[in-house]
Amino acid sequence: MAHFDEKAKPFSHQWLNDRLAVDTLKRVLSTEYWIPKNINFLWAMGMVLAATFGLLLISGIFLLMYYQPNVNTAFDSVNYTIMTEVGYGWLWRHIHGVGASIVFLIIYIHMFTGIYYGSYKKGRELIWISGMLLFVLFSAEAFSGYMLPWGQMSYWAGMVITNLFSGGSLHADFLVEWIRGDYVPGQAFLNRFFMLHVLLLPLAIIGVIVLHFGTLRIPHVNNQTGEAIDFEEAAELYKAGKKKESKVIPFNPVFLSKDVFVMGVYFILFFYLVFYHFEFAMDPVNFDPADGLKTPAHIYPEWYFLWSYEILRPFPTDPGLIAFGFAQVIFFLLPFLDRSPNVAPAGRRGMFNLWFWLMLVDMIVLTFMGKLPPEGIWSTIGLVAAITFIGLWVALPIITKLEKKL
Amino acid sequence: MGKNVRGRRDFMGMALGGFTALGGLGALYAMKRSWDPLPSVAAAGFTTIDLSAAQENVLNVEKWRGKPIFVLKQSKEMVSKASEASQKRLIQVGDAYYMVAVGLCTHLGCIPGYDAGNQSFLCACHGGTYDSTADVTKAPPPRGLDIPPFKIDGMKLVLGEKGPEYEKMLADGITMPV
Repeated sequence: MAHFDEKAKPFSHQWLNDRLAVDTLKRVLSTEYWIPKNINFLWAMGMVLAATFGLLLISGIFLLMYYQPNVNTAFDSVNYTIMTEVGYGWLWRHIHGVGASIVFLIIYIHMFTGIYYGSYKKGRELIWISGMLLFVLFSAEAFSGYMLPWGQMSYWAGMVITNLFSGGSLHADFLVEWIRGDYVPGQAFLNRFFMLHVLLLPLAIIGVIVLHFGTLRIPHVNNQTGEAIDFEEAAELYKAGKKKESKVIPFNPVFLSKDVFVMGVYFILFFYLVFYHFEFAMDPVNFDPADGLKTPAHIYPEWYFLWSYEILRPFPTDPGLIAFGFAQVIFFLLPFLDRSPNVAPAGRRGMFNLWFWLMLVDMIVLTFMGKLPPEGIWSTIGLVAAITFIGLWVALPIITKLEKKL
Repeated sequence: MGKNVRGRRDFMGMALGGFTALGGLGALYAMKRSWDPLPSVAAAGFTTIDLSAAQENVLNVEKWRGKPIFVLKQSKEMVSKASEASQKRLIQVGDAYYMVAVGLCTHLGCIPGYDAGNQSFLCACHGGTYDSTADVTKAPPPRGLDIPPFKIDGMKLVLGEKGPEYEKMLADGITMPV
């Protein structure tokens, strides 16, 4: 039997400590969770993402009170009820729309930071893999949410994306119809994607965020030079009062105060977009109600899916689907395809530096080509960029194997 | 009890695990079935189209199972222009030929637009094209537009019912089951 202090008043510090070990929790999770000093503002993106997810959750709760998941009323419940009748309904919608778009910008910055500094290697593989799982879940969350206003882009994106599951020549129409619950996207489809968007996927996201934080605890975050810090030794120095000599700082309150500063700057930009430039996250085509007998002239996904869409597009159906599937899973394998033992910024890794920048530029090119109509020179550039993407991944194990040990 | 001896506890563990797995499988099946199209959705799948008013080279769009259905009456010149394989896609009703197909691009399901001047379809999504029999003329679509199950009834077509002409098309590999 544990020891309970008889004299402790209910809910006093001692009382809570006896029952919940609050001091231990605080120490393990924040005041003695050590972060290297040698980092820059890019290390704040994790908390920026967490805060953005919080905003999406809160704005989503308010949208949920008026949104109607019905093919006849969904469009008006968003564009009429929420936007014109509900007090500040526009605010929640614009936070939700801008947040859904910007969260992907930050995710991509977060990912490429990890790739640049080699933060997926040597004991940090699970950080990378759980992060990629979050990327996939956020993608599903974004797609399912995009269905809900039931506009033309919702409907046709739903049609095109669910058709991917027919597997090209496999002609698995039964699978597509099963996913939709109908021959075409209809009431069953809207209802189930509503459920996914507001319950199952957010639940999974919260779970994997906890896992993602958990994977960080033992290997700790990487640093700007990739130095393997002895965290126990550095922590002892810090606790002994030699803060200057120590290579680490506690997560709370020291690192978090820097995070909060970066978040402050970020939220100025974020709310500037919410109040003055929300239209970039609102496709005009989606302000026409869904019509199953009229395809919009150009169907394109939101900007954050364009690069993978462009990998699908320039090829015939089957190779296109294979290339698309490749693009979806290949990032998961990064820790195993990078064969070099060096944990160092790409700038010090020779050929890998070239690989990193080529990959970044190639994905930006794919993003732009995905938005342009598939004609003439754009088709050709898109094809070259898609082949380059695959080629870079094939080359990765070879160039990292040849890399000199630092 | 020795290390490698399967004892009473192991038996209970396996029995519990087995029954749990069985229950889990049952639950999975129930979940799968819950996502199936409802019987009312599956049953509302028949549409009758009257072809007597159709005009040559004018595209009519009907609706069947929520999908657009293209109906294009062929002129003599259109029929003769089409290749032998493409001609097999046409449906003869009375003494005229009709192209009847699901108006969703076989690539990813956009609706191609008809250009009556060029007598061809263009899918704006990924640039696929089809001729006036809805046979594919430019990738990425892997095949011509799918022909819905049909039964000829005088000058009418019943979509959703499988007539002998449709069965023959399926058997000859001219279209795939929709």
